[in-house]
Amino acid sequence: MEDNDNTQEQPVGLVRRDALKAMAAVASLPILSGLPLADAEAQTAPAAKAGAPASLQPPRAAGGPRGDAWDPDLLRPKKDWPRKLTTGEMATLAALADMIIPADDKSPSASTVGAHHYINEYVSAPGDGSARDLVRVRGGVSWLNLESQQRFGKRFTQLTVAQKTAICDDICYVPKAKPEHKAGARFFSLVRNLVATGFYTTDAGMKDVGYVGNMALPKWDPPPPAVLKALGLE
Amino acid sequence: MAAYQLAVAGLKVLVLEAGRSYDPVRETPMFKLPREAPLRGAGSREKPFGFYDATVDGGWEVPGEPYTNAPGTDFRWWRARMMGGRTNHWGRISLRMGEYDFKPKTRDGLGADWPLSYQDLAPYYDKTEMLIGVYGGDDELENTPRSSPGVLQPPPAPRPVEMLVKKHATPLGIPVIPAHLAIMTQRQDANRLPRLLHPGNALAQRVLRQSMLQRQACFYATPCGWGCSIKANFQSTTVLLPPALATGNVDIVPNAMVREVTVGKDGLATGVNYIDKNTRQDRHVKARVVVLAASAAETARILLNSKSTQNPQGVSNSSGLVGKYLMDTVGAGLGGQIPLLENLPPYNNDGASGMHVYIPWWLYKEQIGGKLDFARGYHVEFGGGRGMPGNGSFNFLENQTEGAYGKAYKEAARRYYGSFVWFDGRGEMIPNEDSFCEIDPEVVDQWGIPVLRFHWKWSDHELKQAVHMQKTFAEIITAMGGKVNGTVQTDGSRAIARGGQIIHEVGTCRMGEDPRTSVLNPYCQSWDVKNLFVTDGAPFVSNADKNPTLSILALAWRTTDYILDQMQKREVG
Repeated sequence: MEDNDNTQEQPVGLVRRDALKAMAAVASLPILSGLPLADAEAQTAPAAKAGAPASLQPPRAAGGPRGDAWDPDLLRPKKDWPRKLTTGEMATLAALADMIIPADDKSPSASTVGAHHYINEYVSAPGDGSARDLVRVRGGVSWLNLESQQRFGKRFTQLTVAQKTAICDDICYVPKAKPEHKAGARFFSLVRNLVATGFYTTDAGMKDVGYVGNMALPKWDPPPPAVLKALGLE
Repeated sequence: MAAYQLAVAGLKVLVLEAGRSYDPVRETPMFKLPREAPLRGAGSREKPFGFYDATVDGGWEVPGEPYTNAPGTDFRWWRARMMGGRTNHWGRISLRMGEYDFKPKTRDGLGADWPLSYQDLAPYYDKTEMLIGVYGGDDELENTPRSSPGVLQPPPAPRPVEMLVKKHATPLGIPVIPAHLAIMTQRQDANRLPRLLHPGNALAQRVLRQSMLQRQACFYATPCGWGCSIKANFQSTTVLLPPALATGNVDIVPNAMVREVTVGKDGLATGVNYIDKNTRQDRHVKARVVVLAASAAETARILLNSKSTQNPQGVSNSSGLVGKYLMDTVGAGLGGQIPLLENLPPYNNDGASGMHVYIPWWLYKEQIGGKLDFARGYHVEFGGGRGMPGNGSFNFLENQTEGAYGKAYKEAARRYYGSFVWFDGRGEMIPNEDSFCEIDPEVVDQWGIPVLRFHWKWSDHELKQAVHMQKTFAEIITAMGGKVNGTVQTDGSRAIARGGQIIHEVGTCRMGEDPRTSVLNPYCQSWDVKNLFVTDGAPFVSNADKNPTLSILALAWRTTDYILDQMQKREVG
């Protein structure tokens, strides 16, 4: 609205906003490194066109976002907290992610669209839940490599698909896992959900399940005849 | 609403906003995807309804502004410290209260009657619906009024899941009809409506026409709860404040935390004291008339904190009822998986964001005939189908498939995606003596203002109603050939949401015919301080199952008509 609060702070606000804007693309680069180029462009493009030029819209007078967790900039989201998982841990998680969501004729594998980077984003995030799950993921990765070594004498990433499957079969469902595999199964359960979120929120994942919304329509039509037919609603 | 109505009538209005300024046109994350947000848009302590939710500086807690609960109470108080407050993110569900809802005590002997009838408010419902833009059907069911012809906009066609629920609920005797939501399915008639709503008022017609011309119809994408940059739905910041500001009669001071209403020796309000959050300085503003619309509980807090030797119980509290009869809505939910919805061809399920159809309360006759074990009704909000995949959308697959991974997992995702339905009951709570708020004797917020302490208790009526909701939802899910997720609760205290959790808290300054048993008169005017008015949910005498916002707006319009009338007669101001 047209309030004029804190006009004395406007120059400071402007500098800060300009800086944030300039940083936006750079800041998100590390997260994008695992994504294909098309995805990366889709992520940075909206930031470039959203909003009016900062010089015309002093953020304090406009009452724009402060940019902290309670009042984040929703048009230029930031998720640039330091990542905590090591390269080795990431390699194991990428291999596990692709056991959970492998490539098939409809869509690529989870690691191809960066689902393991989402795990790193999540476990590295501020907050108690993430801190707890960082320990679970880290411990789980260690357990998985130990189990791989004990059974097959190699790290998980070096196993054949059949060998990886043998381990995953033992830990894929907590209620059915043997007592000695329960901890591994809880780790698998956590990773499966994180991988699914990381995968199905990408363009490839949304396309895979056939999500066709988020587009402006001139009018709202009744459901397609094929859907009505399938539901017995003709 | 009050600021808009008073400004277009030519009065100078100062609006004090406890939060920051906020402009949905520039700030709404239209079309943004979960993957662009931190943690794929998940809810967090700071953003409980998800990263993109319009609420900023608010939620279940506000940093530096605590509230407390009495022992045994677990009340949740949602606040939005921002211009336009909760209207920025609300559900847009705009159901009118019906004839019974204004006279509940007359009907069943419980609670209290309102000092006005449906007929008193009906013209204001019509006008409010035309002003803000509401879609809905023209059904007229018992205690579920229809709007006057031409008032509502056409409802959008139902989604597949909505059609399927209707098909299977109808044989159970459960009606499914178009919902009423404050979302525009077509543009407003900017030539006709301003003249109709503000006859003879050139200023009002001009600013409203300009405002209506800037509003677009819904384009059926991006959740309403994120706000709407094309102004297709109702939020104060896109619909009421712009035309109010365009009159030149309104100033808005953001970051102004009102702590008390000041009263002169003659007992009339002289203005308010507020903390300027930027400078932390205490400021006083003078006013001829003070209108509180801070949200039900915050309004009670301001009045109770307005203590002086003259008013030791706070301002407008000679009845001792400020803060009393706090109500929320009864909430209970249940979901199910429907095999018929598996493996459907792709279809766009976004629609107008909120529901296109709903289930109004349908058992009035059984209830008054003593066939139910609870006194008041509920309506049902429901949905399901192929929503945008977000954080955790596929977590259900682990249990659904008993641990699938690999290609089987991807196939299961395709099969089960969109095959779930959910039902949420929203029911009436009867006001009781044990549910209220008061000033905590020890705790202050970071501005030094004493905070609220809540007391809360559901009665058996609410608990049994929540159980009835669960049973009904299970019946519908079963009739659809589906399987209920989780447990159908038969224990009301397990079925029911916590007090405050539905974010419909009202009451605390109820209106009435008698100054001894109410805080406000039938025009939301303080009995004690005649130039003090309340236009939020605080004046509510009961809390029908109908979501309160539309009634708050209609009542506020009626109140401002009264203020203008009283000022003209020199009775007030």
